[in-house]
Amino acid sequence: MSGLEVVQGGGSAPAVAADGLGKRYGAKWALRNCTLEIPVGAVTALVGPNGAGKTTLLQLAVGLTVPTAGEVRVLGLSPRHDAHALLPRVGFVAQEHPLYRGLSVAETLKVGKRINPGWDNDFALGRIEQLGLPLGLKVGKLSGGQQAQVALTLALAKRPELLLLDEPVASLDPLARREFLQTVLEATAETELTVILSSHIIADLERVCDHLIILSQAETQLVSPIDEVLASHRLLTGPRTDPATIARVNRVIRESHTERQTSLLVRADGHAYDSSWELHEVDLEEIVLAYLGHRRAGAATGATQRSSDRDVVRS
Amino acid sequence: MIEFHLDGRSGVPTYLQLVQQVRQAVRLGILHPGDQLPTVKDVVGSLTINANTVLKAYRELDRAGLVEARRGLGTFVASDARAQPADHLDELRSSLSGWIDRARAAGLDDEGLAALFADAIRPTAVARVA
Repeated sequence: MSGLEVVQGGGSAPAVAADGLGKRYGAKWALRNCTLEIPVGAVTALVGPNGAGKTTLLQLAVGLTVPTAGEVRVLGLSPRHDAHALLPRVGFVAQEHPLYRGLSVAETLKVGKRINPGWDNDFALGRIEQLGLPLGLKVGKLSGGQQAQVALTLALAKRPELLLLDEPVASLDPLARREFLQTVLEATAETELTVILSSHIIADLERVCDHLIILSQAETQLVSPIDEVLASHRLLTGPRTDPATIARVNRVIRESHTERQTSLLVRADGHAYDSSWELHEVDLEEIVLAYLGHRRAGAATGATQRSSDRDVVRS
Repeated sequence: MIEFHLDGRSGVPTYLQLVQQVRQAVRLGILHPGDQLPTVKDVVGSLTINANTVLKAYRELDRAGLVEARRGLGTFVASDARAQPADHLDELRSSLSGWIDRARAAGLDDEGLAALFADAIRPTAVARVA
């Protein structure tokens, strides 16, 4: 990348566009009513608890599974109908980064070279050297972090336009996690690579990602640039009030009450507030947890009940 | 060349921390006109942050006239970006440390010092906004 051009191509077609996308297994929807657009060059965090539909969304995007409803277009193509044109342009690292444990690192790269038309062998060898991995060593003998790096190297050496990472760092220790994310971010600084990274670990995502998708119970709760998420969400605290009065102008994400105090986490979009409310900024983790319906222990007000629980806490 | 660092607990957005560190380095004469800033890739790799965050910081500095992007080469401190004259700085610093000594003698702790200083410069800031 040269100069200070904007990474996200303004006006160009989105890297991923889903419209009413859904996937049902038997009677159970793994994902439904999913409508979203991810711009080219974005690094998107796909967060939600296990079983929320993250893997299903990623699998639909690479055509590993077929939608029950709606459609998804990736780099302008249909993963079902244009797989031959699409797959060389997409890198995918599945959960637990499966590799052939019996192959050496060098043999693994050879396989990558054979099956990927756009394979960049210099890049692959350079990465392995930079990581200090012996080419002759069996993949099964590598540490978890090193295996993740080999899987990532395979995906990046395809020189993909879109990189999908399914829980890539969940099993890694903090140092390996950081090294893995560094490799991903360096790749985005060099090309217009679009990245979608699913994770149930929320810490650090604010630094690493610029877009956020929150999935919960098979539905998207929020799709937004992270800047806007942080700018539009506020925690309001004030005397005990019926949240309906404020819900007319704001979306209340989470409410909790004590005998005398009401705390509301709202999506504000620049509305002015009654001066009886005290306004607090909230960090990304707090916002995500609010959407997921959890309550972080010891949060601002000291109230202990969940949002749905309207009982009064007596201190 | 400077090396950026981040304070995760400061509450200051990441891009703004980068902007402030360049401003500070120019002001203190650590960065001179024509010096190159770290490449986006270097910053992204060393801090594990999003490339758009770095670009946003560099664009902001560019808009403020403090740096200039040279296509294909990188980002450089602008030729007219000047540090405060060093003699001036020394003089200001020594009169400030005199003030700090007097405040400590009057019983103020560090927090009290900072609060008093922040309060004293506030009217200027308010006047600028209004």
